[in-house]
Amino acid sequence: MARIRDIAKVCKSKNAGPFQLTLDVVFETRSLYDAVAATGVLSPELIGRLYNVAPEDVLFTPYPAGLAFKATIPRAIPAGDLGDSDVYGCQQHAPLLEVDIPINRLADDPV
Amino acid sequence: MAKNQMPCRMLSTSGILGYGFPEASLDAGMARGVDMIGVDGGSTDPGPHYLGSGKTLNSARAMRRDLALMLRAARKHKVPLVIGTSGGAGGTPHLQATAELIRSIAAEDGLRFRLATIEAEQDTATIKTAIAKGRIGRLTGGPVLDAAAVDRSQRIVAMMGPEPFAAALDGGADVVLAGRSSDPAPWAAMAMRAGHSPAPSWYAGKMLECGATPAIPKGHDCLHVEVSSDAVVMEPTNPIRRCTPSSVANHSLHENPSPCIHVEPGGVLDTTDCRFDAVNDRAVRISGMTWEPHPYTVKLEGAELAGYRTISVCGTRDPLLIETLDDFLASIHEAVAQKAAALGVEPDGYTLIIRSYGRNGVMGAAEPILDARPHEIGFVIEVVAPDQDTADAVLALARVSMLHTDFPGRLCREGNMAFPYSPSDVSCGPVYRFSVFSTMAIDDPLAPFPIHYEDL
Repeated sequence: MARIRDIAKVCKSKNAGPFQLTLDVVFETRSLYDAVAATGVLSPELIGRLYNVAPEDVLFTPYPAGLAFKATIPRAIPAGDLGDSDVYGCQQHAPLLEVDIPINRLADDPV
Repeated sequence: MAKNQMPCRMLSTSGILGYGFPEASLDAGMARGVDMIGVDGGSTDPGPHYLGSGKTLNSARAMRRDLALMLRAARKHKVPLVIGTSGGAGGTPHLQATAELIRSIAAEDGLRFRLATIEAEQDTATIKTAIAKGRIGRLTGGPVLDAAAVDRSQRIVAMMGPEPFAAALDGGADVVLAGRSSDPAPWAAMAMRAGHSPAPSWYAGKMLECGATPAIPKGHDCLHVEVSSDAVVMEPTNPIRRCTPSSVANHSLHENPSPCIHVEPGGVLDTTDCRFDAVNDRAVRISGMTWEPHPYTVKLEGAELAGYRTISVCGTRDPLLIETLDDFLASIHEAVAQKAAALGVEPDGYTLIIRSYGRNGVMGAAEPILDARPHEIGFVIEVVAPDQDTADAVLALARVSMLHTDFPGRLCREGNMAFPYSPSDVSCGPVYRFSVFSTMAIDDPLAPFPIHYEDL
């Protein structure tokens, strides 16, 4: 097992416009990206569970060209509206960091 | 469209006008050869306040510094200076504030040129007509646009495509300042006007709108891009930065719902099949992007007044209070309701929000860690009410309740909260929310965006 925080090169969140939040996880190597993809752990279902949204409301895009996975979800509160806690949406990634991916780290992958 | 064999060379100075950039990076870019200098002026990212209030995102001082360097370089090399979404939100006051800086720099330096300003603010009748004709489309997550939302809005802008920029350049403008624009539009306009295809032209714009952000290490700095008939070559001009196939590919993730499908006025840029090839260790060639024309729509953005805000900041270091925090905060809400009613303010006459930093201040209801027991917690107490006086009055009640309300097991009988500031209460003024976020179908990409010329 390996946590995202230990194997990803980038793990971030950001607004995609004021009404959507987008989450990105990027890996360093093609082999690691492929291994993570093969587990199927990063999925609309996982994102839905972590962020309290229905899986069908998650726009999930594997992006091999960038060795990345992207998930875009509706914001619970629009950016800057009453009660919003993160106008830029850039500090909503932390639940992803702890996600365990059932892979063995490869010898050439960064730790 | 005739294919131009000469590459179109463009320089972006930073992510947003006023973020600053090293002067040496601009000089290095100009020395490479440039057909246009530009910078994006803003976005919705900093929230609804700027569109609603008419204020600029960055300070006049910071924008003037960037503009002066860019204007002098543009006039010296006789290339256009083009800026979209002027002043942060791209409404008329933002555009005029930016134009005033250009006029002032021109006067100070004795520069003579033709300035074009392109308006993006829309009058309510235009939007209501579009609603009545069924020309409004929903955007994911956005509110329904009806006549009432139009009337409530302080300001509505439409997001222009490349056509108004191209028209202003055709009109002889040396400097183009536009209101709300699609971020890539100024660059796409320049490249397509030079005869290049839409796909690489739009792709170049998608990269240039963020300055050197597609490079590593990230920083507010300049990016040089060459558009040719089927590809884009990009390189940061500061030797400490470099573009790599991976850094460029990953920039397609930035602030987009999808890294592959980019909806723009008049079509969709598809980057699914992009190839990223290193030209050298600092430059990348990108090819394989496609452009599919769609019926022409522009995005509408509006902001409405949501009330007036007052806040106070404080913290507790008391473990007995932290143990019973949920009950304590519930008792604060009750106490404030009672005290406010005594001042003639009913519970629906204000909104009280108490943010608990150290517990769930950042993620709010989405915070998955529910059993944290930190040794201290910071609070931002916030009241929003229909007028500033009410917000100030109710916030003062909330502040004193946080300070002095009893709780079971309390030993800290002189006060529950450490306040770092005197005065403790800060009146923040008007609060806005996004009230319009839709598309509007239009027949003429120029019609909603009048161009004004002035010869300085």
